[in-house]
Amino acid sequence: MSQPLLSISHLTKKFGDNVILNDISFTVEQGEVIVIIGPSGCGKSTLLRCINALEPIQGGEIALGGDVIDRSANNLPALRRRIGMVFQSYELFPHLTVIDNILLAPCKVLRRKREEARAEALTLLKRVGLLEKEHSYPRELSGGQKQRVAIVRALCMHPEILLFDEVTAALDPEMVREVLDVVLDLARQGRTMLIVTHEMQFARAIADRVLFLDGGRIAEQAPPEEFFEHPKTERARQFLNMFEFDAVKSPREAEQPAACGTAEQDRTGD
Amino acid sequence: MTVLNWEFIAKYLPLYREAAWLTLRLGLIGIALSILIGLICAIVQYDKVPVLRRIVGAYIELSRNTPLLIQLFFIYYGLPKLGIRTDPASCGIAGLAFLGGSYMAEAFRSGLEAVDAVQLESAYSLGMTKWQAMWYVILPQAASISVPAFMANVIFLLKETSVFSAVSLMDLMFTAKDLIGLYSKTTECLFLLVVFYLLILLPVSILGSVLERRLRHAGFGA
Repeated sequence: MSQPLLSISHLTKKFGDNVILNDISFTVEQGEVIVIIGPSGCGKSTLLRCINALEPIQGGEIALGGDVIDRSANNLPALRRRIGMVFQSYELFPHLTVIDNILLAPCKVLRRKREEARAEALTLLKRVGLLEKEHSYPRELSGGQKQRVAIVRALCMHPEILLFDEVTAALDPEMVREVLDVVLDLARQGRTMLIVTHEMQFARAIADRVLFLDGGRIAEQAPPEEFFEHPKTERARQFLNMFEFDAVKSPREAEQPAACGTAEQDRTGD
Repeated sequence: MTVLNWEFIAKYLPLYREAAWLTLRLGLIGIALSILIGLICAIVQYDKVPVLRRIVGAYIELSRNTPLLIQLFFIYYGLPKLGIRTDPASCGIAGLAFLGGSYMAEAFRSGLEAVDAVQLESAYSLGMTKWQAMWYVILPQAASISVPAFMANVIFLLKETSVFSAVSLMDLMFTAKDLIGLYSKTTECLFLLVVFYLLILLPVSILGSVLERRLRHAGFGA
């Protein structure tokens, strides 16, 4: 295969003496959808933040299409333009309307003509079902709507790769689907994406490859069928079990306090 | 208890008007400079620029913890000894800007710090440079948060102009003291003084509340 779109080699990230990411290496090919899962605090979000150079790294190298991403380099804004990022907390600009949120960067950073960029933005807004919200302010939107606008905003910069950082974690359950559908649609269009999520069904449906992160390392890396059906590591099995509720119910009916005890341990364990 | 001597008031009204104009003019120039100094200092502190940040910190402490009167004396009597010639008007403006700069810096800084840091990251991730992110994303939000503190500072600085008389500027305070000394019409002179300060400050105060109300309606909170 030709050069990977994104390559991460021996990435190490520490907060003081606390090692968050420990010698992480993987590559992302053009058009690939990679889902990163793992217990909270395992460094999933930090990994995305490092790729976008929002966090300084203490070792290793991250390269996008052969260009090394370096926090102190002058071309950092130019590199970040090629990476789209969607945050858990949406981070729309509250003082701007939906359309101005979307057009700010294309017009000011890429110096595109407003009308031409607006036409594209409206097409995308229509696609995510928010055409009529063009002139609304973020505070007038629901969480799911805000997140869809945030995705459109990222798309309008024509990024080569999209990073999704737990984009449904702050949403009410009935709004999760509308956002995930948009992401699924992007996958069908062949976009390259790196997705951190806790939605296991979604991960299974969308991923080309699943990375299971544990304790700052890639514990397991496999196609979704393989990972969800036959996880190789004990840690991954434990993690996936937390999403299975029938396993919890039967021992409780049988009133086996020992089984309940282990379930609790699992929960406090992450 | 004597009733006010309206004849006296009518006679010296033009003198007060002139003095009010001087107060307002110097006050506004001083405040404009304060805003400029304050903005620069606030950004230096927000951005944690090395070295400069310490200098700004020292300036803010010095400026906020000394009275304007002393600052004016230093500029008016001290600087000429160092070979820098000053006239009363530029002295007044410089003194007000020196005092106001630090107050404005604190107002702007608190506004900047109230904007969520992730907003900056969001702007960066869209490929914006530091300045683009500041200008288009952070400053507009910070400005609206700073408005109440900013307007309080404007009113405070306009009132502080009353010490300008100490460097022989013929402002409202000077005029009142002068006329009291000449004619002993204390009640009339002070009455006029209060009226003119109110004429200057009430509109500013009202403008401030209108601005605050409108910004609250805009309700930036996400």
